[in-house]
Amino acid sequence: MPVAPIEVRMTVNGVERRAAVPPRLLLSDFLRHELGLTGTHVGCEHGVCGACTVLLDGAAVRSCLLFAVQAEGADVRTVESLTGPNDELTAIPAAFRDEHGLQCGFCTPGIMMSLAALEGDAPVEHEALVDAIGGHLCRCTGYRNIVRAAERAIGVAAGTGEEARDG
Amino acid sequence: MKPPDFEYARPATVADAVSLLASAGGDAKVLAGGQSLVPLLNFRLAAPSLLVDVNRVDGLAHLTVDGSTLRIGATTRMRVLELDPLVRDLVPVLAAAARWVGHVQIRNRGTVGGSVAHADPAAEVPAVCLLLDAELVATGPSGERRIPARDFFAGFLTTTLAEDELLTEIRIPAQTARRWGFREYAQRRGDFALAGAATTVGIDAAGRIDEARIVVFGTSDRPIRARSAEAALAGAEPSADGLDAAATAAADEAAADDPRPDAAYRRVLTRTMVRRALEDAFGGSSDGHGEVR
Repeated sequence: MPVAPIEVRMTVNGVERRAAVPPRLLLSDFLRHELGLTGTHVGCEHGVCGACTVLLDGAAVRSCLLFAVQAEGADVRTVESLTGPNDELTAIPAAFRDEHGLQCGFCTPGIMMSLAALEGDAPVEHEALVDAIGGHLCRCTGYRNIVRAAERAIGVAAGTGEEARDG
Repeated sequence: MKPPDFEYARPATVADAVSLLASAGGDAKVLAGGQSLVPLLNFRLAAPSLLVDVNRVDGLAHLTVDGSTLRIGATTRMRVLELDPLVRDLVPVLAAAARWVGHVQIRNRGTVGGSVAHADPAAEVPAVCLLLDAELVATGPSGERRIPARDFFAGFLTTTLAEDELLTEIRIPAQTARRWGFREYAQRRGDFALAGAATTVGIDAAGRIDEARIVVFGTSDRPIRARSAEAALAGAEPSADGLDAAATAAADEAAADDPRPDAAYRRVLTRTMVRRALEDAFGGSSDGHGEVR
């Protein structure tokens, strides 16, 4: 007999959401299949690739390693929150466009959400950006342009950036 | 890649969590950060009938000092361990070890107690628990008991916790030997270590080693204290030859029973990690070392 659904309530991108979900439903699948927020991508489903990264109460976490029921009362942010009121790109996606920080785009939403977690701390040390990006796999770009996009979007503390290292 | 069905409970107290575990007759799993358990569920390598989510249990996420002991609540996140000034001051080798756990996104969610109770042989926090003679505090139906780290890790993903016991706290003595080193090698950033070493070293007024502790991890079914290497260092003046000999002894002792392929390679890695951890301990300032990674 299937396990009875459990009521869950959370805020997703500023909107309160309520649903009855089976306990085994992953937060990533809740976002994609129940809410239709397919910007959160699902890659490895065991926490390695980083594609499903979202913000849970401001912290970057893997949504494939959380059950939707665990987000009860939480504030969840997904990549869909990175557009402005008129669907314009905000700083992080704009920087990825300008620095060619993506090719196929599969890994991009997760990386952008890890960077979104750093926005309040800007400017950050170059090492903090590398730490954030280090939790994501990208098979296209070779990462250099992602780092540049991250530096442009978040702002990097003086003397710690790519420019200083490349020079 | 979807987890099997399970019942879900979210107790608010340790007593409720323990009675839920007891009522499931060994078929329940504790869900803490979930960074190891949920992959096992997604792969269907585990299929418990009940998950007891302890993330909202009262009083399990503390980080306090009691005399010269750091008391870490079991649901304290790894990210807190990495960044909290209290940990850096009292047990700097633990703060350094925490940096090596997975990635930031994993450390934001993964818990200290979860790492200890999961007992992965390549995990960092269990290695430091063994290094510093931590006590693991567990509550079961008949009350609380404290388990020394040396009696806690029983093998691959195996501890001496009973099925109806909940790990509630990790008590780690503040480092008395203020020199320390922590090194590990993994093929990619954030991967499990192929081999790693943690050490603390004290030096007396005459410049001799008065206490050396070395733990090797990732090479056996549990972290291993390299006693013969420690004994070789004790009382000696630090020297390059002495560190070489200690590193070789540690690798002989701790990587000898590695059953996996490439055991010879791991043995070389172990030796190198121990050597570098010792270099960090002796090479840095009197309170720590230069490079974390």
